[in-house]
Order: sequence, then structure tokens, then C-alpha cells
Amino acid sequence: MTPALGMFLLFVLITLGITWWAARRSQSAAAFFTASRRITGWQNGVAVAGDYMSAASFLGIAGLIAFYGYDGFMFSVGWLVAYLTVLLVVAEPLRNAGKYTMADVLAYRLNPRPVRAMAALSTITVSTFYMIAQMVGAGALVALLLGSSHVSYQAAVIGVGVLMIIYVVFGGMLATTWVQIIKAILLMAGTILLSLLVLAHFDWSLTSFFNAVTHVSYHDKGELVTKNFLDPGLRYTTANHGALDLISLGMALVFGTAGLPHILVRFYTVPDAKTARVSVVWAMVLIGSFYIMTTFLGFGAATIVGRDFIAGHGGNNMSAPLLAQALAGDIFFAFIAAIAFATILAVVAGLTISASTSFAHDFYTAVIHHGTERKPGEEVRVARIAAFFVGAIAIAVAILLGKDANVAFLVALAFAVAASANLPVIVLSLFWRRFNTAGAVCGLATGLLASLVLIALSPSVMKVDPPTVVGAARHLIQRPPIFPLENPGILSIPLGFLGAILGTFLRREPEAEARFAELVVRANTGLGAEQAL
Amino acid sequence: MPPDNPPLPPDPTAIVGAATDISPLTHRGPKPAHERTAAEEAGATPWEAIASSARFRELLRAKRRFIIPAMIFFIVYYFALPALVGYARPLMEKPIIGPVNLAYLFALSQFFMAWFIAAMYVRAANRFDRQAREIMRDNQER
Repeated sequence: MTPALGMFLLFVLITLGITWWAARRSQSAAAFFTASRRITGWQNGVAVAGDYMSAASFLGIAGLIAFYGYDGFMFSVGWLVAYLTVLLVVAEPLRNAGKYTMADVLAYRLNPRPVRAMAALSTITVSTFYMIAQMVGAGALVALLLGSSHVSYQAAVIGVGVLMIIYVVFGGMLATTWVQIIKAILLMAGTILLSLLVLAHFDWSLTSFFNAVTHVSYHDKGELVTKNFLDPGLRYTTANHGALDLISLGMALVFGTAGLPHILVRFYTVPDAKTARVSVVWAMVLIGSFYIMTTFLGFGAATIVGRDFIAGHGGNNMSAPLLAQALAGDIFFAFIAAIAFATILAVVAGLTISASTSFAHDFYTAVIHHGTERKPGEEVRVARIAAFFVGAIAIAVAILLGKDANVAFLVALAFAVAASANLPVIVLSLFWRRFNTAGAVCGLATGLLASLVLIALSPSVMKVDPPTVVGAARHLIQRPPIFPLENPGILSIPLGFLGAILGTFLRREPEAEARFAELVVRANTGLGAEQAL
Repeated sequence: MPPDNPPLPPDPTAIVGAATDISPLTHRGPKPAHERTAAEEAGATPWEAIASSARFRELLRAKRRFIIPAMIFFIVYYFALPALVGYARPLMEKPIIGPVNLAYLFALSQFFMAWFIAAMYVRAANRFDRQAREIMRDNQER
């Protein structure tokens, strides 16, 4: 057994122990969906960080910076600044006025069935697409990280899928929370160690570190080139509308994070709105420090390992593990590889619980059974079954797609839907008295549809690949893209708002306007909010 | 439950399924919000009266006075980064501290900007909490 596999198995054993402990405490609905609302501020802050920093951040960002320098760092900035929207606009009202899902806040003053049906559709779309991207990534990493242990792509996908199902089905939100906390601590520890090693490599001199970053050599189309990696423009060039794409990406991040269902449900796990606020601040401290350190991970990989070597040893996603190997040998490589898996597991568990909560609470109970459980405990039972199916579907799709599948667009899609469908209706229902059911349904539908269509027409899906690219790695549609930007936010977010506003003017809904006072008072004072158990 | 509360008498309800968050029959004190029927709910709390009370309007005004300028500031500051990086590249590539250019320093400053606004908000929100508590005290759930 290789050290990487051993460390990963240790993590699995610990998290399964936590799940066993959490299972007896996760019987009632409030316990299963919200960990009885008794998670403390710092715990929830760490869990939010663990829920949020996916493999795309840890491996993906390090890789983007190692390959494209400054342009990769732009992602890091957006991923933190986004939390200001969460802090200032959504976290506290959501905790005060909702119970289990994002749709609770919308259903307060709108007609619950159509609104919850649409919100559940949007939540499940975001969660499953994001999950499939993570699962494909997890499977592909295995071949590289545990290559010598003979773990195949299929085995890795099934392993990750089965574990996330076990965490969620048996341990509910409590187990998910602690898996995320442990993962966040491991991730921070690994990143700090790696950053210190990079600095030590440059004799603790930031000047010589940054000097090295300004002269990075690699082979581009057979020619040796030397670039200043602190300069922008290596990825987003003027020729491909780089500036617009960066602004559009920024919009999707800054407005999308506050609409990601798996992040929003975390604010229901704390006792009150004040604790929700404290937890966002904790999350911002961790997430910010992590993304600042991606400077050392990414530039370190570019200068110490080199882009050519990384390209020949698994591609840009391997930058952080290869940097660990170059600096401290195989055991540290194993540690970083194990963290990468813990990262994926914690994120997919969070996605699974948000998708299954929304299915059970919004769709099954509220839409099909008009808001009443036919038997006590039915909602939790349905959520457990839904979690099983969500996991099974994600495993099946990830295996069908295969490890070379081009799935990066699924992450862009998740953020675009969250920003264009979810955020507009949350904001309008909290701040606009006139807003009504028709507006919410139109807004959610327009945002969802605009994101799907624009992504399908974007260079993420439509692109002519050279014949050397084969199989699933090829873009889905071999044509020049119709929509020029990778990120549709700049167009789809205004469309989502427009849909919601125009839909509202289709009709008047006096009941929705009458209950606005109640929602505003609840959201801003916490009067009548769900209590911790 | 705080440990100093006396334990509840055993719940006489027959166990039909998994436990739920519906409280047992012997439950004491006022009904929790999620248990009230629509009829009990209506008129239990004078939402309209609170919403139009001077105190609540003052709370909303205070929140708006902080949140709206903070949002505008961070959105302008944040989107200035991709805009300048995209359209003013020569300026952004100018080295400022040793080899470190303006683009990197501006990006780095975004982190501190976000932390600063968060810290300011927490300070302001403690004041909002006090105001909200007063409103809640006046309208204790009955």
C-alpha cells in the first residue's frame, strides 16, 4: 500500500467514525437537515470554507496560476470577495426567515407550490451538475495520485460516491458538517506547509521569490519562451474578449456564491442570525488566507517545478501535488494527494445534502403533498432515499462520461445558474414589496434557461478542436462558438433580473404584498425565527 | 436544553415513526412558531404594526445606511480590477515594489478590502442587534 492510499484510508476511517456518532443524533427532521441548529459560529465558518473550497480551488487554481500566472490569480480574488454579498445581503435574512432550504424564504409570501417547484429544480440542477464535475475530477485524479496502487477511474468514482452517500444518508447534516470541518483544517494545514516550503526554497526572501516569478521559462508550441508571470494576459487575451470574460467571471462569482444552495443551507445549522454572521466572517478569514496562499502554490509550481514538467506529468491539475513532491518528497506528496480527496469528498457531501433536502422539503412535501407530512418522519425518509439516488445518478453519469470528459463548463454553469436564477429572486423577495409568484417563477426560469443556453453556445461547449484531441476531451459541439465568452454571467444575470421584474408586472398578487411586512420584520429582527433544539 | 431545566415527564405519544421536531404532548410554555396553525398564526404577531413602528423603521434605515454604500463601494472596487487589467494593461504591468507590479498589488488589496468591510459590518451589526433585541422585547411571542 502506498502512503497516499494509506493516508486517504485513515481519513475515511475517521469520517466513518464521525458518521456513526452522528447517525444516532440525526433522527428528527431538524437534526437531519440542520444538525439541530446547534453548530457554533467558528464551526460553521470552517464548515462553510470546507464546503466551498473544492478540488477546483485547491488543484485547479494552483494549476491555473502555474500555467497562466496572474490570470489564474484573478479567480482567487473573486472567490473571496463573493463572500461580501453573502455577508451583507443573504446570510442573516435567510437564517431569520427560513427553515431548511433557500425556497423557504421565497415561499413565505409567495404561492408555495409553483415557487418551490422551480426553486427545487434550480437547486437540484446546480447541485448535480457541480457534483458530476467534482466526481469526474476525483476519478481522473486517482489514476495520477494513486497510480501505483492500481485504483482505476471507475473504482475511484464509486468509492467517492458511496462514501458521500453514507455520510449523508446516515449522518445527515451533522456528519456532513464535521467532514467539512476536518477537510478544511487539513486543507489549510497542507497549504500553509506548502507555502512555507516554497518560501524556504527561496531562502525566506519574498524578493527572490517574486524575481523568479517574473522570469518563468517554458515551451510554447515547441519554442522556449520566458514570461513575466505577474503580468496579466496569458490566458485572457485581448483577441478573445479577455476583459469582458474576466468581468463576466467576476459577476458570476460575486453574485453566484450567494445563490449556491449548498452554501446557503449551511446558515440554517446555526442557532441564530448573529451566529450566521460570525460564521461568514470565520469563513472569510479562512477562505481569504487560503486564496492568498495560492500565490505560493501556483507561482511556486511555475518556478520550482516548471510548466513543462507539469504538462508531462498529468497536466495543470497536478501542480500542487507535484510541487509537494519536488519540495519534500513522496510522503508529503501523499499527504497533499490525501487532502485533495478529502476536499472532493467534503464538497460532494455538501452538494448531496442540499439537493436531497430540496427534493424532500420543497418538492416531495410541499409540491406533491401540499406541505404536510403524511406520517411523522416522512420528509427525512424521503431525503435519505433522495440522497441515495442523487449519489447513484452522479456515479453513473461520471462513469459514463469517463475520466477525460471535458466538464469544466459544469462548474461555470453551476455559478451562472446560482447567480442568474437564485440570487435575483432571493433579493427581490426580500427587498421589493410588489414582487410576486409570477415574478419568482419567471425569474427562476429565465435565469436557468439563459445560463443553460449561453453555456451551450459558449467556447466551453462549442469549439473546433485540433484532430490531436480525441474522445470525451473534445468539445461537445465542433463549431465556432456563437456566444464568445466562457462565462455567461454578464448577460444571464441581467436576464434573470429582467425575467423576474417583467414576470412580476404580469399580474398583481395582493396576498404577496400584504405579507411583505411580515417577511421584512422577520428577516431583519429574527422575530419568530426557528430556534436551536 | 440548558442543564438547569427540570427534565420533561415522559412523552405519552405512541411512537409511530422516526422522531420529529414536533414537540411532545406534555410540552410546556408557548407553542414554538413552527407548530402554530395558520389560524393561530394570524394576528398572533402584529407584523404590520411592527413594520410601521418608528423603532423598526429606524433599524431599517440604519442597516440601509451601512449596507448600500458598502455594496456600491466593494462592487466598484472589485470590478475595477478586471476592467483595469483588461483595458489598462501597460499601467497595471508597472513594477511598484521591486519586481511586484500594480496588477498583483491591486489584486492583493482586494483581500484586505473584503476583510476590512467585513470587520466594519460586524461592528455596525452589533448596533443593529441591539435595536432588533429592543423590538423583539416589545413584541415577545405570546
